Amino acid sequence: MTAYLFRRTLFAVFVLWGAVTVVFLVLRLVPGDPAQLILGSDATQDEIARLREQMGLNRPLVVQYGIYLGDVVRFDFGDSYRYHSDAMGLVMGRFPLTLQLAVVAMVIGLVLGISLGVVGALRVNRLADRVVSVFALLSQSMPSFWIGIMFILVFARQLHWLASGGHGGFDRLVLPGITLALPLIAILIRLTRSGLLDVVHENYIQTARAKGLSERLVIFLHAIRNALIPIVTVAGLEFGKLLGGAVIVETVFSWPGVGRLLIDSISARDYNVVQAAILLIACGFVLINLVVDVLYGYLDPRIRLGR
Amino acid sequence: MDRPTEQVLPRNDSKAADNPTPSDPPVAARTRVKIGRLRIIASLSVIALYVVAAVIGPILLKYDPVATDLGSRLKPPGTLLPSGHTAIFGTDQVGQDVLAQMLQGARVSITVGLATLVLAGVIGVAAGIAAGYFGGWLDTVLMRLADVQLTFPSILLAIFIASILGPSVVNVVIVLSISNWVTFARVTRSQVLGLKNRDFVDATRTLGARTWHLVTRSILPSVIAPILVVATVELGHVILAEASLSFLGLGTPASTPSWGMTIANGRDYLSNAWWISTIPGIGLAILVIGFGVLGDALRDRFDPRLRSM
Repeated sequence: MTAYLFRRTLFAVFVLWGAVTVVFLVLRLVPGDPAQLILGSDATQDEIARLREQMGLNRPLVVQYGIYLGDVVRFDFGDSYRYHSDAMGLVMGRFPLTLQLAVVAMVIGLVLGISLGVVGALRVNRLADRVVSVFALLSQSMPSFWIGIMFILVFARQLHWLASGGHGGFDRLVLPGITLALPLIAILIRLTRSGLLDVVHENYIQTARAKGLSERLVIFLHAIRNALIPIVTVAGLEFGKLLGGAVIVETVFSWPGVGRLLIDSISARDYNVVQAAILLIACGFVLINLVVDVLYGYLDPRIRLGR
Repeated sequence: MDRPTEQVLPRNDSKAADNPTPSDPPVAARTRVKIGRLRIIASLSVIALYVVAAVIGPILLKYDPVATDLGSRLKPPGTLLPSGHTAIFGTDQVGQDVLAQMLQGARVSITVGLATLVLAGVIGVAAGIAAGYFGGWLDTVLMRLADVQLTFPSILLAIFIASILGPSVVNVVIVLSISNWVTFARVTRSQVLGLKNRDFVDATRTLGARTWHLVTRSILPSVIAPILVVATVELGHVILAEASLSFLGLGTPASTPSWGMTIANGRDYLSNAWWISTIPGIGLAILVIGFGVLGDALRDRFDPRLRSM
């Protein structure tokens, strides 16, 4: 287990290093001057020269990279020129809100996804199963930003049940939470349904039935355990994706999390904040993957002994 | 999509499954093929409709991205405009016909989608063949790169690169190709690994064929079918990703409005003009569903093993 843990951690560090390097390279190798990019087209030559000096752009790329890596390790991404404060601090301040949204979406996704999947498996090929399958197809095919707008249109503008945006109480979490959860619900419905259908003919299920257990007990005591292993993995991986998807949902619902800050900073050319936000989300994503890997290796010994 | 007809029957129907009448399996198989064919035909018709609309639509219904007609702004669907034609899907905040905008947008979205698939496909297939056929350190490097990229949310990578490159159609294609080559590389690699030691490849090699000949004449033709299936499934995803980028203002520029941008524009007019955001979104969803269903049906029909990819 220690060797497995070590290998996974090493890979996580490797991925983070990759993300940091990609961010560095994209900002510097893209055609055009980063200083020009940051200052916009109406900057004077003087201002550009000063910023180039300040950013160290006149030094060789390798030296720049070394300095950059040193800064990243110390979580120093420079200051946000818009807010005149530490970029990483700014992003960290918004992170709890994004996390809150992702957790709510995760809970909604797990509850609805698994229960609808069970319904589909219990009523396979009947009307309820068809309805559930179509629902899964729809939630996967409709763009999340559009669903969000439709929710606002119906529940906020027409029915006045819920607020359309901003953050605050639980009522403001419902719409963005469901919007963010929809793709997850679709995946979990399929996993649960096919996981259950895979085992319904296994001997141990026959035994459970032969003992006279009700169908409900057979499903919830015995069959669902088999489906749970892939669900745990996928749910973990999807939690990371929720952090990425939150960028769009936060924009639609004006939720002041990291994603919203990222998009605002992009349009304001506040690249220090952009870098900090991207790397923080990447960091969260990699950490979650690591936790899932470790948990999975713990749950299923075949995985950690496999390689 | 799961294929309900293929699943094992649950307990409630298990009597029939345990004691099948002799005619049962062929009938089931025939129904399955029939449903499969129906899905392919239905989804292909939907997609064909969009392609035709994208090709000839903008010719019939002119759209000028810079024109404004303030007299006929925010008119509901079905309004007869002063210019003499009826705005079937209403008009937007500057008096533009929403249908004309959608037809133009269909052109942009489908073009971007296809161009992305070609670019990502070429890069991915080349990488996959190189990794699978030659193996060794090249395989390790390419597949590690793929692993690293897969552990990173692709929309985040796309947003970051797009924010640096700035909005343009070519940049969207580049950005989306960067986030999509991995799928092609993985599928191709796994196919090549299965192929490279098959008898017909060995025979060709024994006859003295060079590597290039082997790859282009023996390996590549056998890889094409699964790649096309994957491409169909991916096309829907790419179109969605393009719409998301455009929605965030990081996709296509204002001069070539795609659906995502039209939907974004309608956000500010939700209380007095619901149709600007609603209708293009429905159009987008139907197209994506079309590609999803077609991809699934093709996969089930030609290569069910691809399911796990």
